[in-house]
Amino acid sequence: MKYKSNFFFEKIFKTILKITSLIVIGIFILLFYSLVERSIPSLFQNGLEILFGTSWDPNFEIFGGAPAILGTLFSSAIALIFALPISLCIAIFYTEYGPVRLRPFISGIMDLLAAIPSVIYGIWGLWTLSPILKINFQEPIIASIGFIPIFSGPAYGLSIFLASLILTIMITPIISSISIDIFSKTPMHLREGMFALGATKWEVIKNVVFPFAKRGVFAATILGLGRALGETMAVTMVIGNSYLWPFKSVSLFASASTITSKIASEFPESVVNLIHNSSLISLALILLIISISINFVAEIISKKSVGG
Amino acid sequence: MNMRRTKDLLMKLTSTLITLIMAVPLLWIILDVIIKGASALSLDFIISLPAPFGEVGGGIGNAILGTLIINAMACVIGLPLGIATGIYLSEYSNGSKISALLRTAIDTLSGIPSIILGLFAFSLIVIRVGHYTALAAAFALSIIMIPVVSKATEEGMKTVSVDIREGAIALGLPKWVITIKIVLGIAKSSVITSSLLAFARISGETAPLLFTSLFSYYWPRGLNEPMASLQVLIYNYAMSGFESWVVKAWGASLLLMLLVLSINILVRRFSTKVG
Amino acid sequence: MSSNKLKVEDLSAWFYEKQVLNRVSLEFPDKKVIAIIGPSGCGKTTFIRCLNRMHELTPGARVRGRVVLDGKDIYTEMDAMEVRRKIGMVFQKPNPFPNMSIYDNVVAGLKLMGIRDKALLDKVVESKLREVGLWDEVSDDLRRSGAQLSGGQQQRLCIARALATEPEVLLMDEPTSSLDPSSTAKIESLVRVLKNHATVIIITHNVQQAARVSDYTAFLYLGDLIEFGETKKIFESPKNPLTEKYVTGRFG
Repeated sequence: MKYKSNFFFEKIFKTILKITSLIVIGIFILLFYSLVERSIPSLFQNGLEILFGTSWDPNFEIFGGAPAILGTLFSSAIALIFALPISLCIAIFYTEYGPVRLRPFISGIMDLLAAIPSVIYGIWGLWTLSPILKINFQEPIIASIGFIPIFSGPAYGLSIFLASLILTIMITPIISSISIDIFSKTPMHLREGMFALGATKWEVIKNVVFPFAKRGVFAATILGLGRALGETMAVTMVIGNSYLWPFKSVSLFASASTITSKIASEFPESVVNLIHNSSLISLALILLIISISINFVAEIISKKSVGG
Repeated sequence: MNMRRTKDLLMKLTSTLITLIMAVPLLWIILDVIIKGASALSLDFIISLPAPFGEVGGGIGNAILGTLIINAMACVIGLPLGIATGIYLSEYSNGSKISALLRTAIDTLSGIPSIILGLFAFSLIVIRVGHYTALAAAFALSIIMIPVVSKATEEGMKTVSVDIREGAIALGLPKWVITIKIVLGIAKSSVITSSLLAFARISGETAPLLFTSLFSYYWPRGLNEPMASLQVLIYNYAMSGFESWVVKAWGASLLLMLLVLSINILVRRFSTKVG
Repeated sequence: MSSNKLKVEDLSAWFYEKQVLNRVSLEFPDKKVIAIIGPSGCGKTTFIRCLNRMHELTPGARVRGRVVLDGKDIYTEMDAMEVRRKIGMVFQKPNPFPNMSIYDNVVAGLKLMGIRDKALLDKVVESKLREVGLWDEVSDDLRRSGAQLSGGQQQRLCIARALATEPEVLLMDEPTSSLDPSSTAKIESLVRVLKNHATVIIITHNVQQAARVSDYTAFLYLGDLIEFGETKKIFESPKNPLTEKYVTGRFG
C-alpha cells in the first residue's frame, strides 16, 4: 500500500514539474510568435524601410528605423568603449593592487550601482546631471572645438553623449564584477612562476592574468553590451528622443533616439494606429534579434573558457 | 628596470583612481535622491491619492499600493514556475529533450530586454482583453523572475553532495520526498536569496509596465484594471516638467530606492553567496 | 667551507598569528647543491620562499631576520624584483605559461628585462634547452604551447626558464614530486650539473633523493633548523637523534 501511494505521489510530482517546464517553454515560444505576429503589418507595408529608412512620421505612415537602430548601436558601443577599460581597472585594483580590506566596499559599490533602478538613473540624468554637463562640459567644448562636426552645437543637454555616459555607469558594475571573479581565478602557480622571474605586478597582470581572463572578460563585455542595447528608461529620459542624429546632425551633443526610447516614448499614442504600433513592435523584434545573437555568442565563448 | 617600475606604479595609480571615481556616481545618486526626495515626504504623501492637476498637495499612495500589488502577483506567477523549473533541471531532467529546450528558454529569457517582455504582455494580453491591465504587468515581470529563481534553485540543489543523497536513499525515502525535504531544504537559502533579489529587481522595472498596467490616478479597483505604480509615476512626473510633479517624482524615487537597496543590502549581509 | 653565497640570519616567518619558521640561521656555500629535508608542514617551502621574497606575496605573511646575498640584505638593500631575478625558482608543480610557446617560456624572464635581440634570444633558447636535455625533444617546433609537453618535459622547460636569466641561486621546491621515476632521474642528474653555474637549494620529501643529489643537507622540523652539514655526515653520523630518526625513515 505504502509503495503504491509513493509511486502515485512520485508520478504527480514529476507531472507537475513537467507541466511547469512546458509552461515556461510555451511562454518562450509564444514570445517570439506574438512579436512576429504583431510585426507583420509593418513588415508588409514598410519592407526594408524599417531597417534603412531615415525618417519617421506616423501622420504620413513613414516608418524608417535607421536613426533609432544606429542610436542603439552607437550609444551602446560608446558605453562599452568607456566601461571596458574602467572595469578592467576596477578588477585590477580589486584583485591585485588594492588592500584586501577594501574588497567588500568595492563589491558593495558595484552591487548597489547594479541594483539602482534604471528609472532612477533616468531622473538623476535628466534633472541633475544634464544641466551640469550642458553648462560645464558641452558648451565649453562646443565653444572651443565646435568646428569639428561631432562636437558641434547647439548643446542639447539631453543628448546621445549623456545617454552613453549613463549607460557606462550602468554597465560597468556588470563587466567589473565578472572580471573580478575571473581575475581571482587565475591559477596561483602561474602568477608565482612570473613573479619568480622578477616580474612586477603589472607584468604579471599583463603576461599571466590577462591571457588567462581574456575569454571570460570578452563574454562579460558582451553581456554588458546586451544590457546597454536593451536599456530603456534611463536612455529614454536622457537622450531627447529626436530623430536629429545621425542624419541631420552627427554631433555627440545632439539629441537622438534609440530603439527602446522610440518605443517607450511613442507606444501609448501608437495604439490607435495599427501600422504605427506594428512598426514599433518590429523595431523591438530587431532589438530582440540583435540581443539574442549577442547573448548566443557570449554563451559559446564563456563555455569554451571553462576549458582553457 | 626603472621604466618597468614606473609602469607598475602608473598602473597602480590609474586603477586606484578609477576605482575611487566609480564610487562618485553611486554616492551622488543616493545623496541626490535623498536630498531632493526628502522634501516631498510626509505621511500625506504616502497615504493619499494624487491631487487633481493644478491643486497643491496630494500623494502617491495609489502608486505605492500598485507596485506592491503588481509585484505580489508577479511573485505568485514567477516564483512557482522558477522554483519548479529549477527543481526539474537539477533533479529530473536526465538530458531529455524538454530539459534542453527548457534550458535554452531560460537562458534566452534571462538576456531579453525587459521592454520586449512588456511588448509581449501587451500583444498577448492587453490586445486580447481590450484594455490596459495590471495582470499583464505582473505577467511581464514574472518572466523576469523565472530565470533568476530557476538558475539559483538549480545551482543550489546541484551543490548537494552524492553522500547526502545516498544517505537519504538508504533510509528508503522516495525520490520526491528526498527532493523536496532534503535537497530543496539544503538549497533553501539560495532559493530565498534569489527570490528576494528578483523581487528587488522587478520593483525597479519600469519599461514592462508602460504598455501593460499604464497608470491610474485612483486607488486600485481590481486586478484586471490599469494600475498606478511607483516606477511609471516617477517616469511620467519626471518627464512632465512641472516643478511640483518633479518633486513628487523625487519623493517616489526615494521610496523606490529605499525598497530596492535595502533588500539588496539585507541579502548581501545575510548570505555569503549572492546569485 | 668555501665562500658563502647566501647567508640566513635569525629568520622567522608567520602566517597571520601562526609562526612557521623559528629563528633559522645557516650559510649556503657557493656552487653546491643543498637539500632541505623534513616532514611535511615543517616549514621547508616557507623557508625557501623567504629566500626570494615570494613568501610576502601570500596574504597574512610576515618575516623577521636577515637574508644576505653576496653581502647585501635582500629585504632592506634590494628590491623584490631584483632579488627574484638573481635567485631563480622552480616550483613543485610544473607551471609553464599556457599562453606562451616553448620559446617564449624560456625567454620570458629576459623579455621582462627588455631584451629583444632576436639572435641573442635564439642562442639562449638553444643553450638552455640543451642544458636541461629538452632540445632534441622539442627543437622541431618551438612555437608549440609549453602546456602540450609531458609533465617531466614541462618541469625541465621551467628549469630552462629559470636558468635563462642566469640566476646565482636556484631554488627548487620538490621539483620531482609530481613526476614519474624516469623524469625524476633526468631532473636529478640535471641538478648535479647545475651547481657548476649556481648554488642550488632543493627541497625534497624524499631523503634518498637528498642523499643522491646534494652536497649539504639541512633538516627542518616544526619550523626549527635541527641540523645542517655535509650530506654524507648527516646521513652517516647525524648528531641529533631527531635527524637520525628522520633519515632512517623512522618517522614521517
